[in-house]
Amino acid sequence: MDKTVDVIIKKFNADKTRLMDILIDTQDEFGFIHESAADQISNTLDISRVDLEQTISFYHFFSTKPRGKYTVYINNSVVAHMAGRKDVVKAFEIEAGCKIGQVSHDGLIGLFNTSCIGMSDQEPSAIINGVVFTRLTRFRVKEIVKNIRAGIKVEDMFQASYGDGNNSLEIIKAVVNNHIMKKGPVLSLDYTFGNAILKIIKQNPKDVIEEVKLSNIRGRGGAGFPTGLKWDFCRQSIGERRYIFCNADEGEPGTFKDRVIMTERPRLLFEGMVVAAYAVGASEGILYLRYEYKYLHKYLDSILEEMRHMHFLGKNIGGKKGFDFDVRIQLGAGAYVCGEESALIESAEGKRGEPRDRPPFPVEKGYLGQPTIVNNVETLCAVVKVVLNGGDWYKSFGTSVSTGTKLLSVSGDCRYPGVYEVEWGFSVDDILEMIGAEQVQAIQVGGPSGTCIGPNEFDRILGYEDLATGGSMIVINNKRDILKDIVLNFTEFFIEESCGSCTPCRTLPILMKDKLIKIIEGKGVMQDLMDIERWSGIMKANRCGLGHTALNPILSTLKNFRHLYLDKIQKGVEFDTGFRLEEATKIGRLVTNRN
Amino acid sequence: MNKAIIATTSLAGCFGCHMSFLDIDEKILDLIELVEFNKSPINDIKKFTKMCDIGLIEGGCCNDENVHILKDFRAHCKILVSFGECAIMGGLPALRNTIPLQECLDEAYLNGPSVVGNNEKGIIPNDEELPVLLNKVYPCHEVVRIDYHLPGCPPKAELIWEALYALVTGNPLKLPYEIIKFD
Repeated sequence: MDKTVDVIIKKFNADKTRLMDILIDTQDEFGFIHESAADQISNTLDISRVDLEQTISFYHFFSTKPRGKYTVYINNSVVAHMAGRKDVVKAFEIEAGCKIGQVSHDGLIGLFNTSCIGMSDQEPSAIINGVVFTRLTRFRVKEIVKNIRAGIKVEDMFQASYGDGNNSLEIIKAVVNNHIMKKGPVLSLDYTFGNAILKIIKQNPKDVIEEVKLSNIRGRGGAGFPTGLKWDFCRQSIGERRYIFCNADEGEPGTFKDRVIMTERPRLLFEGMVVAAYAVGASEGILYLRYEYKYLHKYLDSILEEMRHMHFLGKNIGGKKGFDFDVRIQLGAGAYVCGEESALIESAEGKRGEPRDRPPFPVEKGYLGQPTIVNNVETLCAVVKVVLNGGDWYKSFGTSVSTGTKLLSVSGDCRYPGVYEVEWGFSVDDILEMIGAEQVQAIQVGGPSGTCIGPNEFDRILGYEDLATGGSMIVINNKRDILKDIVLNFTEFFIEESCGSCTPCRTLPILMKDKLIKIIEGKGVMQDLMDIERWSGIMKANRCGLGHTALNPILSTLKNFRHLYLDKIQKGVEFDTGFRLEEATKIGRLVTNRN
Repeated sequence: MNKAIIATTSLAGCFGCHMSFLDIDEKILDLIELVEFNKSPINDIKKFTKMCDIGLIEGGCCNDENVHILKDFRAHCKILVSFGECAIMGGLPALRNTIPLQECLDEAYLNGPSVVGNNEKGIIPNDEELPVLLNKVYPCHEVVRIDYHLPGCPPKAELIWEALYALVTGNPLKLPYEIIKFD
């Protein structure tokens, strides 16, 4: 029995539902989860070895084999590629002496790909032993590896200075920039911490919900469910206790606004959780923080501690008798699908992050089977402003259907990437002008699961009535090969991130990727385009949003950029499987020296 | 009525589908009234002597010879049917698809426990007579156009019989649940 593992298990009271935390600490402590550690966890927590195994294997940042003393996770997102990721990977491979996906012979450095880490405005980026490195260059990689070989800790490898705003705080010390380019009512500094709490505790919780309903605010994570309604459902559900979840598992490639909110407006966010708790009658809150943002963990914890001292958390909040509520932070371990609310709850319970079958919805049976609301970071912040200034005030922003503002995460081919808070109703053209984008071929609105539109649609507006978005805007200029550079990467992303539960989501994207490669290689025929369109209907049978949208990169470009596909397919050829004997026997001939 | 002409072959398969075909038992007498066999291991005709109506393919393609035969079948058969798991999905042979070919051959001829010390020159069989292995095992429809698929491992004799009978006579295919249920 290992004492360190024992200490970790005891730290979480040998509680099964805290398995994620136990595994994260074990992984961090040893660099991997050793078989004996797994045995010990499985025995002490009384979880079958198979159950444990399936949780471990589900998350990118867990491994059962050593991943090097310094584990380098290089962001593999489209925007990273645009910013020159290829050179950075090559430099790492040369300097470390191993390929990506491997650990160097001396066990010092491990190189791995990872999905978007939320740094799209400062790519190429990587996470090394939990520390984020942005704007990497070949030269910088050389320095880093030199430092690694000199035994310098990652925390001490900082460049000239830390990032702007709170990124430079002693407790964060991150080389990450906020790039807040435009503030609106949510990001505005015109706010005194705690006023919303002090205001609502004088009101009836139902009135708070009514005010939120009046504002017409909808969930800012992407799905756009009316927030007031969600709260009302939860309040009405029967349960022993209620939970407030804040979804900070911002995994949609190209999105990073929640990272900026948590760095600069954490009090606003937590105040939003307290407001939600009062409204629905919840006693516990959980902020589900993606592992990629672990560098903010201590800082966020310190804010929670501060709030406890100020009586904005804990017992009798704000002096209101019987209003007890506290928040803890739950780390994720790398899984895009955990951004889906029921998968997020599963994960917080210490299981694989597989979406649940619905109904019942989380508002009825969520965390530990109790009524739970899951709200996006931005939603909870906006709600505080709604409570302070009233629903009518909030409705004065945006359009009649889409009220308020939206934080956009802008990245890709433009001069001023960063976070922009704009009112709903701006046209894509307005945004492009604001962010300094020229010679634009396409905009990916809402990340890979969203839609890719061309210049003929740039007069469309952002809003639930037209282009709904969780905020990711990736600008693609006319030098990019959309099929090869964008669509293929997005499709690979969905293949990587599928939880594998529903068959169409597990298999179809792989078949579609094969078709896409066939088309890119010039072997495609018209039948392939027809197959893609016909087959994709079955994706509706998947359980969650990831499954429903996993083929969007292909389908939306096939619709909006059809000419790119038509240009690539063979003319006058009706049938071609894409099979070439010459290519298929290449390795076989090489290995046996036959030509 | 002229008899329909059929041809069959086993590529990367185990001949189990052909065995199942023979399981039609006494119906083989009915069959022979309906069809004439051309190239097939059943009658040992090695080369196509005429254009055929139906070709039955067992097994997928694991080497270049399989590909040549399959293409020959496509050229000589009006209707081509993949019958059995291996032809349709690659089947058991396709288990190697997750391992690069080089690694498979190294394990089989150089590093496997049974070969250590027995292959001093480190030869991977390379006689010209041997077909060249493909990088992976392909199901037939990934190589040529396939018209019909008969599932099963092997497909039940009744299914093969019913399918052939329907194809030859033009009658609708009877597919009771029992003959396509696999669990």
